[in-house]
Amino acid sequence: MCSICKEKPATIFLSNISAENKKVDMDLCDACAKAKGVDDPAALLIASADLMLGLGASLEVEQSVGANLKCPRCGFTQADFKKSGRLGCPECYRTFAEGLAGLLKTMHKGTRHVGKAPEALRATRENADRLKTLQAKLAKAIKDENYEQAAQVRDEIKQLTGRPSPTHLPK
Amino acid sequence: MNLHEFLVSPAETAQRHGPHDRIVMSSRVRLARNLRSAAFPGWAKKPERVKILEMIRPAVESLPEMKGAFSEAMDNLGALDKQILVERHLISREHAAKSSGSGLVLNREESFCVMINEEDHLRMQALRPGLQLRQAWGAIDHLDSDLEKKLDYAFDGELGYLTACPTNLGTGIRVSAMLHLPGLVLGEQINPIIQSVNKLGLAVRGLYGEGTEALGNVFQVSNQMTLGETETSIVERLEKVLAQIIEHEENARQTLLEKKPKVVFNHIGRAYGILANAHSISSKETMNLLSLMRLGVDMGLFPGAERSLVDELFILTQPAHLQKQFSDKLSAEERDLLRADMVRERLKNVSRPVTKPTPPNTGN
Repeated sequence: MCSICKEKPATIFLSNISAENKKVDMDLCDACAKAKGVDDPAALLIASADLMLGLGASLEVEQSVGANLKCPRCGFTQADFKKSGRLGCPECYRTFAEGLAGLLKTMHKGTRHVGKAPEALRATRENADRLKTLQAKLAKAIKDENYEQAAQVRDEIKQLTGRPSPTHLPK
Repeated sequence: MNLHEFLVSPAETAQRHGPHDRIVMSSRVRLARNLRSAAFPGWAKKPERVKILEMIRPAVESLPEMKGAFSEAMDNLGALDKQILVERHLISREHAAKSSGSGLVLNREESFCVMINEEDHLRMQALRPGLQLRQAWGAIDHLDSDLEKKLDYAFDGELGYLTACPTNLGTGIRVSAMLHLPGLVLGEQINPIIQSVNKLGLAVRGLYGEGTEALGNVFQVSNQMTLGETETSIVERLEKVLAQIIEHEENARQTLLEKKPKVVFNHIGRAYGILANAHSISSKETMNLLSLMRLGVDMGLFPGAERSLVDELFILTQPAHLQKQFSDKLSAEERDLLRADMVRERLKNVSRPVTKPTPPNTGN
């Protein structure tokens, strides 16, 4: 039996784990599945998150960031996303970031991109990573009162950024 | 040049070979990319989509890989041409439904096909016969690196390539292979296999992709997750799973021949009987029977017949390809008659299947 219209026999059976770690089942008939966009795999993920988590995932979005949230760049709204399962423009990822975070976690292996990056950004990305490592090294050297090493690391940072490190050695 | 003159003939297409093409019909890697400063195609208004197309199309055409390519706006292609592109697996059904503001660039060898303003601004794919996922990834990676110098991609340090649908976010990659699995279907092992493949986070779809049935025992296996894993790791994961599916399919065929030869001979003999003698046949029935004939060729039950003949018919008998061979607009019933005529004619010189397998003269 379809859990939505409670009339027609169900043909699609969804199950998911709710936020409270409980298994939630949802059975849908063809018509209701279509109405919910469940026949479209992308919309399915969103619809199921929506149906399952007691209107969880997307409700969470609405509560935390407001249902009337609108992308300042393209005018896309939260409601538009619920309808189509697609976003309006690249900027939308920033606009709806808070709500998307949970969704991405259920959809993907991780929430941070680890693959290819455009060449121009690849260098910056590597530099940023290296800078982070060096700054951590500097902080540790200072903590350990190893000022000789700290000075050396500071010089490396200087070289990498082309300007003096913002972290100052204690006098 | 019109599309029909440009496309490689079905006969030639059927002659393309690749590793494991007994089971793996083709490999594909597609990347989704978008421009930083524009709305995604599904949200952009028509004038904006047209502007995006005008910006992207020349950039794609100028790539060395696209020398002499077929490049066209979707509104300049007729419904029949679009359907032919779908039947050749060169564009998605979604893209075939697009018109003004969308476009297509297809290279001469049909090894690269770029869809402009499908769900994303760019859906670029590399296609290879047989099992060649690594090669396809290498090829599309290279094309993408060339293209990124000409276009300003929407990329975020944390989230990677930004796509219209969050399911494609990150790498924007979909790695897929089209598999012919009649042994697993006949041996009734296909469902558990699909389930275990699904459990590994991979999708199994039908002949024409999302939401389609597995006509002709053809299945598409592809990755679903795109964020939090590198492209190479996705390719390698799929390669491992495919190697296992290939092994299962080969075992299933072997087991069928050993344990249930009569069932196998019966299916293949009947398939041949109908194909070689029918006077009216639907596209769906044709594909399902050709699949059995293809299995028969692989098992050496049709000495002298080549797999490429079956593969060519597989393309030629699909509705749009069949329609293209006749100038008058055909009804479905008329197509069924002409399809049966064509198949009978092409199988004229193929003798009925033997029951003592001889090694096939094609394949690897």
